[in-house]
Amino acid sequence: MDKIVLEIERYSPEKDRKPHIETYEVPVRKEWVVLDALNYIKDKLDGSLSYRWSCRMGICGSCGMMVNGEPKLTCATFLTDYARGGSRVRIQPLRYFPVIRDLVTEISDFMMKLKKVKPWLIRENGAQPEREFLQTPEQLDDYKQFSMCINCTLCYAACPVVGLDKDFVGPAAIALAQRYNKDSRDQGSARRGAILEHPEGIWGCTFVGECTRVCPKHVDPAGAVQQYKLEASVNWLKSFVLPWGQKHESKGHEDTGT
Amino acid sequence: MRARDMKTQAPKIAPQYTLYHPRWYRERVSTYWWLQQKGYLKFVLREISSVFVAVFVVVTLFQLNALRQGPDAYEHFQHWLRTPVALSINIISLCFVVFHTITWFNVAPQAIPPIKLRGRKLPAALIATSNFAAWLVVSGVIAWLVLR
Repeated sequence: MDKIVLEIERYSPEKDRKPHIETYEVPVRKEWVVLDALNYIKDKLDGSLSYRWSCRMGICGSCGMMVNGEPKLTCATFLTDYARGGSRVRIQPLRYFPVIRDLVTEISDFMMKLKKVKPWLIRENGAQPEREFLQTPEQLDDYKQFSMCINCTLCYAACPVVGLDKDFVGPAAIALAQRYNKDSRDQGSARRGAILEHPEGIWGCTFVGECTRVCPKHVDPAGAVQQYKLEASVNWLKSFVLPWGQKHESKGHEDTGT
Repeated sequence: MRARDMKTQAPKIAPQYTLYHPRWYRERVSTYWWLQQKGYLKFVLREISSVFVAVFVVVTLFQLNALRQGPDAYEHFQHWLRTPVALSINIISLCFVVFHTITWFNVAPQAIPPIKLRGRKLPAALIATSNFAAWLVVSGVIAWLVLR
């Protein structure tokens, strides 16, 4: 049976000052993904290896890692794609995140940013509706793509701005804000704009486009941010040219969340 | 007793580590981050290309100024355009401007809100292709005007 060498970045906060690489030889099976190889190592070779995973089917977004320098969901990355001629695969924790141990990253900063953009339906008066809001398939289509995000944070590991500016809200959070802005049932875009129309929000993005390239769910965060920029500019221009017109309706109740 | 041992022993292994505050490892982003990945390098080159767009504009403005000053000045300017320095500036600028155009046209579908025709989103490839087609047509018309 074919074998492949996995070079895994290990870091123990108790023992190490910085991460080091350890290598493991694992068999290559046709149907194996990188996550299967990690599970093989954990079961058979080294039980101390730490990493996150749950669903094994690209839904939970837990098993994101750097595979040969690329952010990947390891449950959706086949080992056979790397196993050519005794090749080696390097597995590292997702870039730009603090590392807790081995391949486990610290994502509370992302969770805080995500909450900041209010990713939930906001209604003007905050009252509970008496019946469900109706939505046409076309209206659903306006935001459906952005709603596919699974918070796997691969886009954060792909974005150099995330690495260089720790206050940047980041691709997934902005795409999810756009997911609610584009929802016909939502009335909170002005409130989200107050948070996102800043250098740390949409204007922090320089349109490198790597977030979209690595997204396993084809959310296109880069597109979401650029379209948001255009809308923000048009709104700004409108408020400038038509000061009596529809201004940011920033009042209202904090109806949900927070 | 054992817990106390651990507390007193831990600092010997790693001074910053305490029992309840694990030390996270943070890697510094290298100054040369833009050289470490093809996508990053392409992005930086695309951004730098705007400088060469400006160079083309400045050269054109100088050319217009020479035209305004009369035939002698224009002749002088054209002479300068034939010098190796001017030629190399223009060739490098042309390469960057072409790169600028191609890369921006390719990302155009992402940068504009989805265009809907009969309730269907226009495919991204069509938006990019129509940009390229318009570019070709305009270039063709200009070439015809100049070369006829």
